Amino acid sequence: MTSPQDSAHTYTHPYIPNAVPAVRQAMLEEIGAAGVEDFYADIPDGIRLHRPLDLPAPLRSEAELTRHMEGLLGRNTSTRQALSFLGSGCYQHHVPAVVDEVVNRSEFLTAYAGEPYEDHGRFQALWEYQSMMAELLDVEIVNVPVYDGFQAAGTALRMAGRITGRRRVLVATAIDGDKLSRIRDYVRPDHDVTVVPVDPGTGCADLDAVRDALAAGDTAAVYADTPSALGIVDGALPRLAELAHQAGALYVMGCNPLTLGVLAPPSALGADIACGDIQPLGLHQSFGGGNAGFIATRDEERLVAEYPSRLFGLVPTTVEGEYGFGDVAYERTSFALREEGKEWVGTAAALHGIGAGVYLALMGPQGMREIGETILALTAYARRRLAEVPGIEVPYGDALHFADFTVRYTGGRTAAEIRTGLKERGIFGGVPTGEQEAAYCVTEVHTKADIDRLAATLEEIVK
Amino acid sequence: MTAHAPVSVSPEEARIAAKPRLRRFRQASWDERLIFELGSPGERGVLVPVADPSVEAPAIPAALRRAEPPALPEMSQQQVLRHYLRLSQENLGADLNIDVGQGTCTMKYSPKVNDQFVRDPRIAALHPLQDADTVQGVLGIIHSLEQLLKEISGMDRVSLQPGAGSAAIYTNVAMIRAHFAARGELEQRDEVITTIFSHPSNAACAKTAGFKVITLHPDADGYPDIEALRAAVGPCTAALLITNPEDTGIYNPRIEEFVRIVHEAGGLCSYDQANANGVLGITRARDAGFDLCHFNLHKTFSTPHACGGPAAGACAVTAELAPYLPRPTVELDPETGVYRLDDDRPESVGKMRPFYGVVPNLVRAYAWIMSLGAEGLRAAAETAVLNNNYLLHKVRRIPGVSVPYAAGRPRVEQVRYSWEKLHEDTGLHSEDLGLRAADFGTHYWTSHHPYVVPEPMTLEPTESYTRADLDEYAAILAEIAREAYEDPETVRTAPHRSTIHRVRPEALDDPATWAVSWRAYCRKVLGGAGRP
Repeated sequence: MTSPQDSAHTYTHPYIPNAVPAVRQAMLEEIGAAGVEDFYADIPDGIRLHRPLDLPAPLRSEAELTRHMEGLLGRNTSTRQALSFLGSGCYQHHVPAVVDEVVNRSEFLTAYAGEPYEDHGRFQALWEYQSMMAELLDVEIVNVPVYDGFQAAGTALRMAGRITGRRRVLVATAIDGDKLSRIRDYVRPDHDVTVVPVDPGTGCADLDAVRDALAAGDTAAVYADTPSALGIVDGALPRLAELAHQAGALYVMGCNPLTLGVLAPPSALGADIACGDIQPLGLHQSFGGGNAGFIATRDEERLVAEYPSRLFGLVPTTVEGEYGFGDVAYERTSFALREEGKEWVGTAAALHGIGAGVYLALMGPQGMREIGETILALTAYARRRLAEVPGIEVPYGDALHFADFTVRYTGGRTAAEIRTGLKERGIFGGVPTGEQEAAYCVTEVHTKADIDRLAATLEEIVK
Repeated sequence: MTAHAPVSVSPEEARIAAKPRLRRFRQASWDERLIFELGSPGERGVLVPVADPSVEAPAIPAALRRAEPPALPEMSQQQVLRHYLRLSQENLGADLNIDVGQGTCTMKYSPKVNDQFVRDPRIAALHPLQDADTVQGVLGIIHSLEQLLKEISGMDRVSLQPGAGSAAIYTNVAMIRAHFAARGELEQRDEVITTIFSHPSNAACAKTAGFKVITLHPDADGYPDIEALRAAVGPCTAALLITNPEDTGIYNPRIEEFVRIVHEAGGLCSYDQANANGVLGITRARDAGFDLCHFNLHKTFSTPHACGGPAAGACAVTAELAPYLPRPTVELDPETGVYRLDDDRPESVGKMRPFYGVVPNLVRAYAWIMSLGAEGLRAAAETAVLNNNYLLHKVRRIPGVSVPYAAGRPRVEQVRYSWEKLHEDTGLHSEDLGLRAADFGTHYWTSHHPYVVPEPMTLEPTESYTRADLDEYAAILAEIAREAYEDPETVRTAPHRSTIHRVRPEALDDPATWAVSWRAYCRKVLGGAGRP
């Protein structure tokens, strides 16, 4: 067995300065300790690991590490190397260079939970994020980001449950299966989730079925996503608000914030709580690592009281003209009250909020309008163009779609085979959603020519 | 150009005085406006692709169309950049300060080379629904990181899906719940036991998942009270959620007995390893009998803290609990060497977040462990513990500070100190001292609530700091303590050289004045007006 002292003597890593043997010895002497082992005296021998961890030999130098990682990265093909039409909850948008410049600043990247003095910058940047999101969503309260849109939806529904004291949650629009899994798990102690199937012909909410489901009573919330998991911006969204409110339920809407330069925000459609994912706002796809969630409401005390998250507020300081920041209604949180707080709060996705804030500041109202218009137009074009391909049907008729849309294959090939065929031709897309059904997505990064290429390639494959 | 006649300067006149013991720090204070006070109508930060003119825009039903454009700032590109760069300069960050003051947070160095890997488009521009054969590199990284953490924890399987430490705690609680539900014992076993010196999320996540929470307080020596545990366990016990060493830095030497007591009552034991940095390669969760544990990759495994996330959590479990892990898992076909995602896991607790985890941080953690290896991890742990006990040796000599509990026993990787004596002597609170630290280019954190240790200060030096760094930090604390006794007003009104002065927080708790957004501030405080 190597003694602890010995192990350090053979190894001085650039990340571990005091492993230098002479320094280590001098520090031990100053403390009056015989060795590092003295500090582990409370760990019983029976649970000590009396052998080195069995790990691969270290890549000691940065050069060796870089070479190793390059080998691994070389086994990935990025959406810049292929032509990608993948969406379904993670979107390929252009990330402005200034967003990357800011979020990669060392001061933001490496800070943590400091006070609003030496870490004034993160408080202001996050408060400005909240404020810009509030403009986009046309509300007054937006939280510091939570982990992701799934978590935001789960918490939004539990907030509705605490406010109404009721048990049932109705999902009225098409919902992503993984998102539904997450919501079901999260609300389970207090709520039952009922999915009201959408009209199979239109892909839109079945208002009669929602009305019937509400008649059973005890509904805390009606939940709708816009766009839905099918990419549909449902014309029935305002009617769902009326039905929910008539039943005494809250209306909770998930939305893609990138649509809101053009499309009505949830608050205008009658939503009491809005939630969603900010990944489309200038956050990289990162193999699904770029997600972060928001929750937004009117500024009513009964709503604010139910947020588990941090809410930064603007306040004066002791010096005239200085902007100060702090936590609004901190006593709601588990930081203040442990299990008596609302759900929990902890490290989540703050830097993604700063990045999304930079994105909104760069885009401004014109940029947000234009990107919405571009994506709506290209989505409509892609649906029309693919519908012309023999062996492809594009369901849900005239329903307005944003980014995501569904196609059905009427030839002999399965969705899985067609996806493979596309990949072999340098195109990512057509994630199977059924044996002969698949999801595609277009964004502002695509051109008409890209869509034409997709159509022409599908024409070769589908048959 | 006019040539100046040479002037004779003596070496004495050319001499620059040596730096003082404490740096004369001043933080950037740009007096920056809020972003809503910047820009002018028509300015653009970025331009957006416009669809080909032949592509027809769809009709948007009136009810679904936005009525008024959002009142976002209108700013040119450099002006946006400058605003945020100024804010970044008004943010300290762990790269700039001797960040040993955020105890429990493990503020170690996040290597820059690892940031380069995640900015590469072959990570940043990967879509999670690509075919597995186009993402073998990243799947391999996730799979390999699982193998590394299995060995580090002694457990049988690891999920890297949770988005942070608290999300990992919640995931472990969800698996505990699934385990008892599968055995038909969930209605009976509805209690979770934790300790007051474990992170509040242990209690809060258990409650959120539907459990009642029993919190153990320390005994007179500061160890979790074993008699209280014996009294708490029973047929209702689902699990023990416990940190060790706790946030006091005290290692609970009876941890195996704690685990045994809970196991004998039929409960599971889940180890919150937020404080694992001092025990890497020294002792493992499985060796103490735990059924589950979690790591915070942004703490122990070096990924940057990002102003409070994105982080990453890792849940490690025994084979018995592995069926409940979040789906999908990453599996390796040993015959072909091909990685694939396995979503066919019927007993899984399901998805804990979209897709597979905070992948950039998984890549960074993998690279960090690979750069250190077993010897390096052990050197990190030992050095973190050495640094902590060295700082303890220095700080405990400062007048007014004390080290509650476990007298004469070492601390592992952090210490929760108390300024109770200083408070009694001067009336100043620990928070006041922490704010004064901002004037010296650093800061510290007190403790989670409630303050069981009075006037707390929690320091965790990690392995990243030099002896000189630790000496400087201790000297700053000594200077602040001296001021507290000799010039308390300076401390009471601190900070003086930071970006702003003391916040007046009263408006934050009053619904009539709290302002979570610019528009709320304009309505409530400015009476409906904006700034001119």
